[in-house]
Amino acid sequence: MRPAWSIIFFTSISGLGFGLAAWLVLGFVDLADPQHLLFVGMATMALIVSGLVSSTFHLGHPERAWRALTQWRSSWLSREGVLAVVALVAMALWGLYYTRHGMPPLWASGLIAVLMALTVYATSMIYASLRTVARWHHPLTPVCYLMFAASSGLMAVLWVLAVLGQPITAPLALAAMLAVASAWGIKIIWWQLAGAGGSGSSLATATGLGGLGPVRSIMPPHTSENYLQHEMGFVVARKHAAQLRVIALLVGGVLPMALLFSLAPVPLVLFIAVVAHMAGIFVERWLFFAEAKHSVTLYYGDTH
Amino acid sequence: MTMLPEASAIKLGLVIDLDICVGCQACVVNCKEWNTSGYGAPLSDDDAYGAAPNGAWLNRVHAYEAGTGADARTIHFPKSCLHCEDAPCVTVCPTGASFKRAEDGIVLVNEDWCIGCGLCAWSCPYGAREMDPAEGVMKKCTLCVDRIYNDNLPAEDQVPACVRTCPTNARHFGDLGDPDSDVSQMVAARGGVDLMPEQNTKPVNKYLPPRPRRAADDTPVSLLAMAQDATPSGFWKWVDSTLEKLG
Repeated sequence: MRPAWSIIFFTSISGLGFGLAAWLVLGFVDLADPQHLLFVGMATMALIVSGLVSSTFHLGHPERAWRALTQWRSSWLSREGVLAVVALVAMALWGLYYTRHGMPPLWASGLIAVLMALTVYATSMIYASLRTVARWHHPLTPVCYLMFAASSGLMAVLWVLAVLGQPITAPLALAAMLAVASAWGIKIIWWQLAGAGGSGSSLATATGLGGLGPVRSIMPPHTSENYLQHEMGFVVARKHAAQLRVIALLVGGVLPMALLFSLAPVPLVLFIAVVAHMAGIFVERWLFFAEAKHSVTLYYGDTH
Repeated sequence: MTMLPEASAIKLGLVIDLDICVGCQACVVNCKEWNTSGYGAPLSDDDAYGAAPNGAWLNRVHAYEAGTGADARTIHFPKSCLHCEDAPCVTVCPTGASFKRAEDGIVLVNEDWCIGCGLCAWSCPYGAREMDPAEGVMKKCTLCVDRIYNDNLPAEDQVPACVRTCPTNARHFGDLGDPDSDVSQMVAARGGVDLMPEQNTKPVNKYLPPRPRRAADDTPVSLLAMAQDATPSGFWKWVDSTLEKLG
């Protein structure tokens, strides 16, 4: 599948935004100072909104994007949009309540955090629900998205704590390290398992000609690349997949963990750790698309 | 609404005979011709006369070779929307632009609502949907919905453009929900198949596999021997006997 930059940015940045937002509403950062609340709240919302807005960049008609909120009964893309809007409104209400009465009751905050998680889950299900892409159609796909949202959000929490001069407790730093490690751990398992069994489709089932013997494509139906091949026949990444996975693991996993482990909670260091983690997620997300093979490529003679 | 309707009693679709198709591409051309001026925005092309032309087409004809050795055969393989009963392209649509008609099962795109996100094309196993490069909306086979119910056309033209134009009669249009229809009878008689049944889309369109080869006579045929053995008759018999007399 063609890795569109707008979609890579959307899935990783809105994941970071919702992850951070979930930890914030659960009270991981002391936002009693109204200025802190405003600054951190707005920055988090800006992350989420920039992700959502970037997701409209690849549309043929971005001006009609509001229509995507209407089909939540059947479409995961629509559910993602609706949940994102509801989660953003809930977060704003949470902030308003916080300024008047302090931390809302835990059940309310917990509910909002669940809403954030559901939004990320819906994002992942846009891809995981597609039977046509065997690699995505796997139960661990949503787990990967949720884990990366949680880990990047927690890394961002540590940076925010350092910027605001609040203490970073040892259990929290440890939790962040664990989150990063387990996110990449799940991803490594996903790389091994997802789509390993193939889609069950082949050129034989795609043409219904399997009964005659082996089927080969001998002539394409058109002389230059068409929309289907451009969108779903992306093959550049596959030959570099192994190197890119190592790069993602080193930059997005090992480096931020090493920074967390070895250095004092200096804002700049933690900022670098967050950026490194996100850079790893960008590479991981690029591979998520670039490595995925669509069943339509079978018609064009793709045999693996 | 992108919820799928209850399964319709009428299931309009195509039956494509792979035994007959010669890959002439006439259906491809007539499809483009009709649909560029019919339902929805024109089917545009980008760089149509340049080095890398690219455009939206609703019907494409692939070519495959199946089998090995002397048994291998070339099969021309037209592919367009299969108007699936469980159409994933309909349920993934976030806007309600993609829909399946309750009355006859035709899958269509409301181009005024389509945001051009492309997710329906991703969800289609068959590659039946292509984004229009100029209009930014998804295009797909409409089963020529603007022909088949069009009383301004003569009766013989009230079929999809691809079916009307096929010079070998490899394409058939009809109601696959009616077991007594011509197309259903054809599917039953010839063992018509679904494409990628494992994708659980329940396609309405069916493909008729090539007929089995007639058993070949293994002894080589000598045309010369045939000619020498032949006993002339009629005029040639007279010529033969006359020349014999002269000689």
